[in-house]
Amino acid sequence: MTNDAQYNFAYLDEQTKRMIRRAILKGVAIPGYQVPFASREMPMPYGWGTGGVQVSAAVLTPDDTFKVIDQGADDTTNAVSIRRFFQKTAGVAVTERTSEASVIQTRHRIPEEPLREDQILVYQVPIPEPLRFLEPRESETRKMHSLQEYGLMHVKLYEDITRHGQIATSYAYPVRVEGRYVMDPSPIPKFDNPKLEMDAIQLFGAGREQRIYAIPPHTSVASLDFDDHPFDPAKADHPCVLCGTEESYLDEVITDDEGGRMFVCSDTDFCRSRQSHSEARR
Amino acid sequence: MIPLLSVNGIEKRYGARIGCKDVNFDLYEGEVMGIVGESGSGKSTLLNCLAGHLAPDHGEVLFATRHDGMRNTLTMSEPERRMLARTDWAFVHQNPRDGLRMGVSAGGNVGERLMSIGARHYGQIRQTAGEWLDRVEIAEDRMDDRPSSFSGGMQQRLQIARNLVTAPRLIFMDEPTGGLDVSVQARLLDLLRGLVRQMGLSAIIVTHDLAVVRLLADRLMVMKGGHVVESGLTDQVLDDPQHAYTQLLVSSVLQV
Amino acid sequence: MIQVESLSKSFTLHNQGAAVIPVMRDAELTVKPGECVALTGASGAGKSTLMRMIYGNYLSDSGRIWIGGTDVVTARPHDILALRREVMGYVSQFLRVVPRVSTLDVVAEPLTTLGQEVEAAQARARELLTRLNIPERLWTLSPTTFSGGEQQRVNIARGFAHDYPVLLLDEPTASLDATNRDVVMSLIEEAKMRGVAILGIFHDEDARTRLCDREIDVTRFTPVAG
Repeated sequence: MTNDAQYNFAYLDEQTKRMIRRAILKGVAIPGYQVPFASREMPMPYGWGTGGVQVSAAVLTPDDTFKVIDQGADDTTNAVSIRRFFQKTAGVAVTERTSEASVIQTRHRIPEEPLREDQILVYQVPIPEPLRFLEPRESETRKMHSLQEYGLMHVKLYEDITRHGQIATSYAYPVRVEGRYVMDPSPIPKFDNPKLEMDAIQLFGAGREQRIYAIPPHTSVASLDFDDHPFDPAKADHPCVLCGTEESYLDEVITDDEGGRMFVCSDTDFCRSRQSHSEARR
Repeated sequence: MIPLLSVNGIEKRYGARIGCKDVNFDLYEGEVMGIVGESGSGKSTLLNCLAGHLAPDHGEVLFATRHDGMRNTLTMSEPERRMLARTDWAFVHQNPRDGLRMGVSAGGNVGERLMSIGARHYGQIRQTAGEWLDRVEIAEDRMDDRPSSFSGGMQQRLQIARNLVTAPRLIFMDEPTGGLDVSVQARLLDLLRGLVRQMGLSAIIVTHDLAVVRLLADRLMVMKGGHVVESGLTDQVLDDPQHAYTQLLVSSVLQV
Repeated sequence: MIQVESLSKSFTLHNQGAAVIPVMRDAELTVKPGECVALTGASGAGKSTLMRMIYGNYLSDSGRIWIGGTDVVTARPHDILALRREVMGYVSQFLRVVPRVSTLDVVAEPLTTLGQEVEAAQARARELLTRLNIPERLWTLSPTTFSGGEQQRVNIARGFAHDYPVLLLDEPTASLDATNRDVVMSLIEEAKMRGVAILGIFHDEDARTRLCDREIDVTRFTPVAG
């Protein structure tokens, strides 16, 4: 524990954390429903995870082990700065290992390794309203949610198929939670959508838009689709060049100016642990 | 015989000004009612009150629902009313831009109502949309184009297809031929008339064009200053007008 | 079938100093099923006005017009529409049709409106158009472009498509050649045989003699000035 004199634990004051926890509890009670909360100014710009950071701050305890991933990687600027932020303000242990973490804040990915009931996954959300692009009026989208008028979501998917021959939405793919609320799962690849049904609790924070929502453990999460165009969690049809897996979501890396490219796991921890396993076996 | 729509004592005020007052009528299945009057006569206010877009200050609008008998649409819950609005009711706006999603393809525009009531088979939605585009005389190869690339007449026909795809029983139309060329108007009128007859639709059409009501409406209401000054069979009101204002209106039409 | 009792009407011209013009007073007439009655009287005596009042096209000030069990004077618009659909046909001198609707459909429409199958309705329309010598090549076209005589015959075909118990005929044989006039008169005779009550205006003397059982001069219903 450092800097106790300067900061409250995990930066936010206790009243604020209480307010956020209330929003989280309400979100857990109504899976997929966007709960408004009084988002605070954080010492980082909007779009850098201010919503996720506030949720993490509200759920962290001194005994937690914290992990941050950005697009699957632990070593990008965003991930590193948020990890350091909580190291400094909460003094919690940090890790890059998915299995060792008790709280994981993520941007745009769900770890490949299945999460457990004692873990919390916190998402950073840029735009929480899945209906926004079809219906810009917030008053109207709220009404649509409350009346379950979700036909418009399918109009979007219809347009996708019409224009591209298939549902071309490949990230932030809309889901219906527990047969009730349509929810934006944040810009995770649709490959990750099936993993939204998991053992761990999932919390979503949108700082600029001041919304928190949640998926409790073991909640049904269905990706929207058509009967004759079923949801397909596709990914690049390659194995990872580093660990050889064919099961994980891949990043395409351009290696030279001659069109050379390779595919590697987006989840760096998953890839590293597979590599070390196979080395150990040798 | 039970009316499809029964309107009793509708009144809407804008502060001290009267929007419309003391409006009463019954509309039966398959009947087309025209409402004529000059700008500001309250005809659009009345239409919006009937269609649930405006809340009147007094009165009731009873609709013969499919499963639940006569219901006052003004006091039913909002979900019920909205459900009605996308199944048994339809609303054709004067400006197609108000009634269409301009960023969505023609097929998507027609399919939206189907999807909103649970259609989840892309192929079937597309097929139904195609059939409807055909019925409103829009070539099937325009199905994936956005309405922004359509002419005014085509946009209006698309709006009609989008509204009729769920086989509603009552359609509200606000100046459906306004802003269209005369030749385009004739085609639209003929199309509307055919659809109304084939589908046994009831309709309420607001217009200031007497030729439109002569062609489409069985019955006519003439409004002035928020009041219904005369009503009756369309041909009777136009051929033997009783009220001074109606006489003026009828005699003011240019003969061609 | 048609019974008119002490029927009166005046026009009020609000835009010409609210001038009140009485046009009919205490009109009385009866037409039984199978009877054909002609309205006579000079032009302007009110023959067409009376016909229009019976059809519900003009309002009446007082009196009764019984068509079967319905009083047209007091009936609601909805009931008059039903009456016109099922009971009372009207053949005027002029055809008023929607552009772009084919002749066949124009003639079949009264039947399809009553819920008859399109096939059967069109078969009846074909039969009538053939009888009235409308060339088959014209059937798919809109009658808007037809000659006056052709339009008149399309109008008659439409009026006879459904077997109305009451028929109002406003100069059905005007502007027709001898052959077609004969066809129309046969149609009217057949309707009489079926028991249709017919009220008509026939300027054609031969037609009156051949078809009408009685004549009623409407001049006696004309209000005396002052």
